[in-house]
Amino acid sequence: MVEFLLKRFMQSIVLLVIVSIIGFVVLNLIPGGPIAQYALDSGMTQDDKERIAAQLGLNRPLWVQYLEWAWRLLQGDWGTSFRDGNQVFSVVARHVPATLLLMGSASVIAVSIGTVIGIRGATHRHSVFDYIATVGAMVALSIPTFWFGLVGIYVFSLELGWLPAGNMYTIGDGSVLNHMHHLIMPSVVLALVHIAIWSRFMRAATIDAMGQEFVKTARAKGVSERRVVMKHVVGNALLPMITLAGVQLPSLLTGALVTETVFTWPGMGRLFLDSLSNSDYPVVMGLLMFSALLTIVGNLIADIVVAMVDPRIRLA
Amino acid sequence: MTTDQKILIEDHSRRDALRLMAASAATGIFFTNLLGKPAHAQTRPAAPKGRVVVGVTQEPTVFNPLMPHPEVDDSVAFSVFDALFRIDPKGVMVPNLAAEVPTEANGGISADGLNWRIRLRNNARWHDGTPFTAEDVKFTLELIVNPKFRAWRTTGHALVRDIKVISPTEITWRMEQPFAPYLSYLTETFIVPKHILGAVANPNEAPFNQAPVGTGAFKWGKRVAGDHIELTANTSYHGEGPYIERLVFKYIPDMTVMYTQFRSGDIDVAGQAFITPDNYKEASRLPDRAVTLVPAGSVESIYLNLERPQFRDRAVREALYMAIDRQAIIEALYHGVPRLTETFMPTQSFYYKSDLPKQEFSLARATKLLDQAGWKPGPDGIRVKDGVRLSFNNSTTTGNGLREQAQQFIQQTYASIGVEMKILNHPAAVMWGDFWTKSQYDSAMVGITYLIASDPDVSLRFHSRSIVAKGGRGSNNAQYSNPEVDELLDKGARTFDPNARREIYLRVQELIRKDLPFLPLFSSNIVYGRKARIQGFMPNTNTRSESWHAAGWKWA
Repeated sequence: MVEFLLKRFMQSIVLLVIVSIIGFVVLNLIPGGPIAQYALDSGMTQDDKERIAAQLGLNRPLWVQYLEWAWRLLQGDWGTSFRDGNQVFSVVARHVPATLLLMGSASVIAVSIGTVIGIRGATHRHSVFDYIATVGAMVALSIPTFWFGLVGIYVFSLELGWLPAGNMYTIGDGSVLNHMHHLIMPSVVLALVHIAIWSRFMRAATIDAMGQEFVKTARAKGVSERRVVMKHVVGNALLPMITLAGVQLPSLLTGALVTETVFTWPGMGRLFLDSLSNSDYPVVMGLLMFSALLTIVGNLIADIVVAMVDPRIRLA
Repeated sequence: MTTDQKILIEDHSRRDALRLMAASAATGIFFTNLLGKPAHAQTRPAAPKGRVVVGVTQEPTVFNPLMPHPEVDDSVAFSVFDALFRIDPKGVMVPNLAAEVPTEANGGISADGLNWRIRLRNNARWHDGTPFTAEDVKFTLELIVNPKFRAWRTTGHALVRDIKVISPTEITWRMEQPFAPYLSYLTETFIVPKHILGAVANPNEAPFNQAPVGTGAFKWGKRVAGDHIELTANTSYHGEGPYIERLVFKYIPDMTVMYTQFRSGDIDVAGQAFITPDNYKEASRLPDRAVTLVPAGSVESIYLNLERPQFRDRAVREALYMAIDRQAIIEALYHGVPRLTETFMPTQSFYYKSDLPKQEFSLARATKLLDQAGWKPGPDGIRVKDGVRLSFNNSTTTGNGLREQAQQFIQQTYASIGVEMKILNHPAAVMWGDFWTKSQYDSAMVGITYLIASDPDVSLRFHSRSIVAKGGRGSNNAQYSNPEVDELLDKGARTFDPNARREIYLRVQELIRKDLPFLPLFSSNIVYGRKARIQGFMPNTNTRSESWHAAGWKWA
């Protein structure tokens, strides 16, 4: 186990370094920069812009900038945002709660409903339910999230007035009830796509598990169908789902850009786009590293959990 | 004008009493005030109440007004800070932290324009209770030109020398050369506290930048990053108001979503970047909303690169201008919201020349002009003269749907008179990078606000020394060079009397209209929207923000 972890650790370090270099280079290759937004500012002269670029350290050679950034990162300094001068770590951390709330609730909805639909679809293959579920999943996967979002806002906020048109909470009213009221639409809209994905995967995994020898044996032993499914099939079907969950973990914390824009949700997806649009390099790099870290951790946890749960798998 | 435009500029009767225009005839448009409390800082309600939520589509992130920031941050700056002077919606300079606007008549500015003396008010306090003094003004002006400080604009400030604090309410300095626009620049220079920013080692990273302290009508409340900023009323404000207890700037990333929240009432005022033209008609019919068209300072045009051989010939520029059906573009694409213009000067400016020759859309006359100038159609139908084909690129930001449509429309029209205009768009960062600043484009479709703090000095745009591509410093991307204009611009920057300046800039507009370095398409109108119950809301396009005077807002 220790050997496994050590090997993983080394691999992760190499991966992080490569990701950071690629990210840094690509970011700086993109034309424009933090000063580009002032291009049409009549009051700023070329001198002003060059001075500001020099003060931000942007005219040093790229490798010097990279090494300085990497050296600081190793010491725990993620850098300072070009936009509001805050520490990148706190900038990112500030958006975590909102992201977790949205993504977490969407995931809970998606996993619970998706799993149930998937299992039922597999056990009652070719039934009306199965067909509806299949078509429904295709529709949910094909129609873009922002369409669902905007239609939802139109119907439930503007026309019916049942739900708020967006935002995380009403300013001045930070109560739990208010938060939940605002959470309903964005999490449901976001969950739609994930329900589709989970249900399809679960259905396929369940069908796969149901075709195993031990299921035939259990049935031959006279175990009730319900017990066969619940005790034997589902457990095995969930194995690939754990790996899937591990892969999905990063997205839990990197947010959903489109949903956050449509519902004005101050999450990480939105932060990423804003930072990119405004060429806030330190924050973009910070988010990149954060996302890479999450991917590594997510995969690691998934691998360990699967190994713990499934005695057939030995960690390499 | 064929479109019915409601332009509402709310009047403030108390202020009008002070508009001694007779005095201004003698002393120019500068408004002289009595020392001490201005008359409008009178009756304040018992306690400010209510809250106004302003929606903005860009997140305000820079709270030190001296550091580089886009327009949206000024909405917060205008509420938290004061400047020495302000410009009111009519273009009149009024004192803010100063007690009076300095002029030659009151001895504030010497006859040669070099020595300035500003008298300050004695009753302004910082939000932490410390009195505001001339030391703060000195500190602010010196900080801006400090090479270690990441300052926003330094033009004008770089000319200031020998700042002397005579008393807590009097400050003098000397200018290196007479620079009339400096008075206007000072209306966008917010004063920062010496006792806070002066005490830190590195002002670029001071805690002040996250929790600013000013002298303005609103105090810093809190910021929820990525979501909103909350300001609270400063009950000991030296000026008018504030009448509302809390002012919130809500960040809504998407303009359609912001309009939706305006409709649903989640936000009270639609701020930067306001309501899109396609929603204007619907918005103006919403119940309980006040939606108005307000002239902006920005002029949309086809901006030419005059060093391109195709554009050297004035006849070509005139013909190209004649071949644009501007009315059709305004009506069909922009829903009739903008208005026609012939100049870079905003229509509501004191310096606007209203009798410039009007463009007439005539393909026949354009064709004749080109024929007479020797541009004959070549074998492919495109006009040629001396080996130069009348073919060029037109560039703008990709993804700007309205502009792209306008480009296609103009392209079609031009094709019918033998001119080939190719569309070559770039993402914003590329378009406005070296491609623009170093004049690497052929022609561009762009909306520019030419004036800085509503001062008519456009040297940075039209003076020949401002051509970066030729080694100059400035933003003369069109590479426009006219010795008479150069001379006039130099003179205008040295002249303080507004009436004399007006003559100069009227002539500048005349010359530029004749030379056509850019082909004006229209002058922008902004669609302002707010809840009808908000009173005291005054648009002021001499400033960069719709919230420039949130101190005067109140709920009916």
